[in-house]
Amino acid sequence: MSPKSGDAIRPSSRHGPRIGVFVCHCGHNIAGTVDVEKVAEALARYPGVVYSTHYDYMCSDPGQELVKRAIKEHRLTGVVVAACSPSMHEPTFRTAGEEAGLNPYLVEIANIREHCSWVHEAGPATTDKAIRITRAAVEKVRGNHPLEPLQIGHAEKCLVIGGGIAGIQAALDVAEAGYEVLLVEKSPTIGGHMAQLSETFPTLDCSQCILTPKMVEAARHPRIRLLTYSEVEEVSGFLGNYHVRIRKKPTYVDPEKCNLCGDCEEVCPVRVPNEFDRGLSERGAIYIPFPQAVPSSYTLDEEACLGLEPLRCSECARVCEVGAIDYDMQEEIIEEDVGAIIVATGFELYPKEEMAEYGAGRIPDVIDGLEFERILSASGPTGGEVRRPSDGKVPKEVVFIQCSGSRDPELHKPYCSKICCMYTAKHALLYRHLVPDGRAYVFYIDIRAGGKGYEEFVARAMEEDRILYLRGKVAKVFREGDKVVVWGVDTLTGKRVEVKADLVVLAQAIVPSPGVTELAQRLHMSCLDEHGFLKEAHPKLRPLETLAGGVFIAGAAQAPKDIPDAVAQASGAAAKAIALLSAPALVHPPEVAIVDEELCSGCGICAPQCPYSAITVEEVAEVNEVLCEGCGACAAACPSGAMSLRNLTDEQVLAMVRAALKEAAEVTSG
Amino acid sequence: MAEFEPKIVAFLCRWCAYAGADLAGTSRLKYPPNVVPIRVPCSGRVEPAWVVDALRQGADGVLIGGCHPGDCHYVSGNYKARRRVYLLKKILPELGIEPDRVRLEWVSASEGKRFAEVVADFVAELRALGPIGAGSDASRVTRDEESTALRGG
Ligand SMILES: Cc1cc2nc3c(=O)[nH]c(=O)nc-3n(C[C@H](O)[C@H](O)[C@H](O)COP(=O)(O)OP(=O)(O)OC[C@H]3O[C@@H](n4cnc5c(N)ncnc54)[C@H](O)[C@@H]3O)c2cc1C
Ligand code: SF4
Ligand code: SF4
Ligand code: FES
Repeated sequence: MSPKSGDAIRPSSRHGPRIGVFVCHCGHNIAGTVDVEKVAEALARYPGVVYSTHYDYMCSDPGQELVKRAIKEHRLTGVVVAACSPSMHEPTFRTAGEEAGLNPYLVEIANIREHCSWVHEAGPATTDKAIRITRAAVEKVRGNHPLEPLQIGHAEKCLVIGGGIAGIQAALDVAEAGYEVLLVEKSPTIGGHMAQLSETFPTLDCSQCILTPKMVEAARHPRIRLLTYSEVEEVSGFLGNYHVRIRKKPTYVDPEKCNLCGDCEEVCPVRVPNEFDRGLSERGAIYIPFPQAVPSSYTLDEEACLGLEPLRCSECARVCEVGAIDYDMQEEIIEEDVGAIIVATGFELYPKEEMAEYGAGRIPDVIDGLEFERILSASGPTGGEVRRPSDGKVPKEVVFIQCSGSRDPELHKPYCSKICCMYTAKHALLYRHLVPDGRAYVFYIDIRAGGKGYEEFVARAMEEDRILYLRGKVAKVFREGDKVVVWGVDTLTGKRVEVKADLVVLAQAIVPSPGVTELAQRLHMSCLDEHGFLKEAHPKLRPLETLAGGVFIAGAAQAPKDIPDAVAQASGAAAKAIALLSAPALVHPPEVAIVDEELCSGCGICAPQCPYSAITVEEVAEVNEVLCEGCGACAAACPSGAMSLRNLTDEQVLAMVRAALKEAAEVTSG
Repeated sequence: MAEFEPKIVAFLCRWCAYAGADLAGTSRLKYPPNVVPIRVPCSGRVEPAWVVDALRQGADGVLIGGCHPGDCHYVSGNYKARRRVYLLKKILPELGIEPDRVRLEWVSASEGKRFAEVVADFVAELRALGPIGAGSDASRVTRDEESTALRGG
């Protein structure tokens, strides 16, 4: 089919813009309400337009051919297709333009279907609106510049911060995809909190048994460099091109030589609380957190040691038969270029000492959930027998208090810590298995067991293991002889409840790992949420990314999470990192902010407007185009008119506004 | 005499209100044709000076459509828009323009119906207000004064 009558070809504008307008009928969809012929005619008279036509279906092959032919024949410098929403065919016509030798950014859509023909009745007002919309699109094209997508190179390594299950999983996934990984863990071993757990809900498999093979795999992986006892000290650069500085503290023990005999710890005269057992056992100044620690080596804790400089004891070196101990070991500084960063710094428990109302900190038999995990653990301080801290007795009445410090906006944390309902059910159930004649009570606000097999797990604890669930808050916990008395109210029966317990276990709120605030600052991710957890770039659509390009998040560092969620998120973050690392170059849309250096006064108003920290201001503002997402907040704020968006400048918008408002009679061709 | 037909320029965020207007179309909802939409990346891109310019160039009302609080694709552009519109509305009377001629509305991509309603309602309101500048002379204020007042955040 050839173009319809009503084609207008004007030979003018040899030097100025030569814009072509193509009005689509979309069958009856547009032509049924809009007088398309009139639109094409009106646009033919519009300044800068040298060719204007209309056609049945512009998006069809002949329609696209018509556009391409016109571009060539009329040497068009810009194209406006007045048709359906740009979300439908903008890519179609941009590609068609490109095929005819026109830069795709010089093709614009005038949305006269969704925004016009479909929402109004047939008549002159509707046709008039279609003309206005199309004229505005012509003004947009007139101001557009040909653009190319931005391309930048990137480093091919990945940094993973935090060696809990999330960090381990992310590191393994990235390494398996063929990329080098630096796995940085601040403690002497990887494993995180999962290493401290006894058995895991909802399947009750032994935590260490499923974790340690992964730890070993990470340590042995040819592409993972494990940096334990290390912290990230400095990060500079941007998306794909970060430079990181890591400080590795000396352990004073050569892991290659240490054969885990343990002679050193035996002779060490120092005894300090063992963090791994949450202080329920003691360790020497030279120690291994737990037998399966990775790397498998003892560590000398400089702060606990009697003295290295000058050397005051040196008993350990004396007994070490393999000569693994080296008091002259120095700290190491590691500098690397990485393309992507995954932050998996995990969580801590809200300190139980904050719970004065439950006597925590004062009463030795009021403990937190992780302490109870250690007590339940076969390799724990009590060898897997449930014995309470004060006198080592087997407790016969145990009270578990859920939401301890959670969901309490007045005194503690307002949020739900998500995993406590589940691990409390697990605690009570494991306790009943280990102490069959014991009684377990759980105080709860409500039960949140949304997960595969979770509801069934809690039901099993209630029914099979006859755990007494009491709905209500605990009012008071106090000591009476060797008992811990718990006063509460069962809100379902309205009755007061008193339990003379032997042990009270608090399901403490989950809080972010300490130090994450400083780490976030070093990573230029100013964004932590109001509780200090890492904040995602978008709560729904970009949950694994942060506002710092190329920095991803995984695990409980983002929010309270159980192991399956932490692992899933870690693999997701790894996939994001792999996508970045495997790209030949990072391609970025070119419609970003630009600064007119002549106009910029260097006032710096724009920089804090940018959610992506893309702007630096020294003499004048400078935009890192790769970080800029093109939101335009900076341009709107700039008092000098110096900041603008490519292909959406003030001049363009103002011209579009005018084109949209002018009466037909006011428009004269020029 | 024919009824006064207000002209409206609408700056619509591409992620929400623009797509909401698309949905109104796909759903074949009907609303008055008085509005010409202009697509912007985010409501935070909209400059108060654009709004004033539109009103000077013959618009009887300006609509800014952004994402609901918490939903902005760029996190906080809609809050920036809200602050700017708030300040702009304080200045408009000095330019002889009723603040009601500027509307900031949150319309999500799934709210086609809401978009249609917002436009219909705005058109009705502007019809009641009548043409712009009935009382005062808006052109008294120089562009310089205006930009000092309007720019900067
Ligand atoms: C009492 C209790 C019982 C639980 N029971 C279960 C269960 O039965 N089933 C289940 O699915 N989940 C359970 N969980 C949840 C489980 O522990 C977490 O889901 C899991 O540990 C989250 O892993 P992660 O790697 O995100 O964080 P973490 O395990 O906290 O690991 C984070 C790691 O990062 C390191 N780190 C922190 N900051 C830095 C830094 N700045 N630089 C370097 N390294 C850093 C830490 O030392 C740590 O090794 C339980 C939790 C608790 C508290
Ligand atoms: S357009 Fe948005 S993302 Fe780009 S520099 Fe400006 S504020 Fe930052
Ligand atoms: S706000 Fe404008 S003038 Fe000020 S530094 Fe940024 S670009 Fe330059
Ligand atoms: S993206 Fe819609 S208002 Fe910011």
